Amino acid sequence: MATIRIPTPLRPYAGGQSEVAVSGLTVGAALADLTQRFPPLKQHLYTDTGELRSFVNVFLNQNDVRELGGVDTPLTEADRLMIVPSIAGG
Amino acid sequence: MSLNIPETILGEIRAQGEAAYPYEAAGLLLGRAAGGQKSAEAILSLANAREADAQHNRYLLSPQDVLQGEAEAAKRGLDVIGVFHSHPDHPARPSEFDREHALPWFAYIITSVMRGQAAESTAWLLAEDRARFLEEEIVTA
Repeated sequence: MATIRIPTPLRPYAGGQSEVAVSGLTVGAALADLTQRFPPLKQHLYTDTGELRSFVNVFLNQNDVRELGGVDTPLTEADRLMIVPSIAGG
Repeated sequence: MSLNIPETILGEIRAQGEAAYPYEAAGLLLGRAAGGQKSAEAILSLANAREADAQHNRYLLSPQDVLQGEAEAAKRGLDVIGVFHSHPDHPARPSEFDREHALPWFAYIITSVMRGQAAESTAWLLAEDRARFLEEEIVTA
């Protein structure tokens, strides 16, 4: 199974874990598996319309998935995803 | 709910706001969290990645900078526990834009900088339902 690194502010919603093993053949499937297992994460990762929030960046082995295939980017068991928030406001 | 922060660190945050004026300063709070209580021990000022003509009322810390900030915190044996930013010529109250882009659990310190002088500093925590911020007491030592 691939793993997802959970950023510090979201760890309380993932059972306190910093890394979670997830199943899924794509980035989107892995994220869906994550939020299915930890439902409180969903509102912080996704908008009401089901899109990833603009400040939620997902890296696959150091590459931003937006530069790859987005949520359709295929995954292997050795892959490591990282959720890295941009921090924004004003 | 409260945020512990040394006077010296709060002073650094306020000085960053004054130095960046009329633009928004922003950076990370480094410290420790135990049993729901957060204590700041250092700050990490980062570049505002927003385009120049937006920096008077918007800030953005890039994911690359956030990752580097986390690595720096880990090197110091600390965690990233929150974010600070300034509001040039605006009150130290979170905006709707702040709320939309906020992360849970983080302590958000906002400093009002009026005509180049730091005024009020306040601290906030995003509510669980993301609908609003809850104000936290800043406890200095």
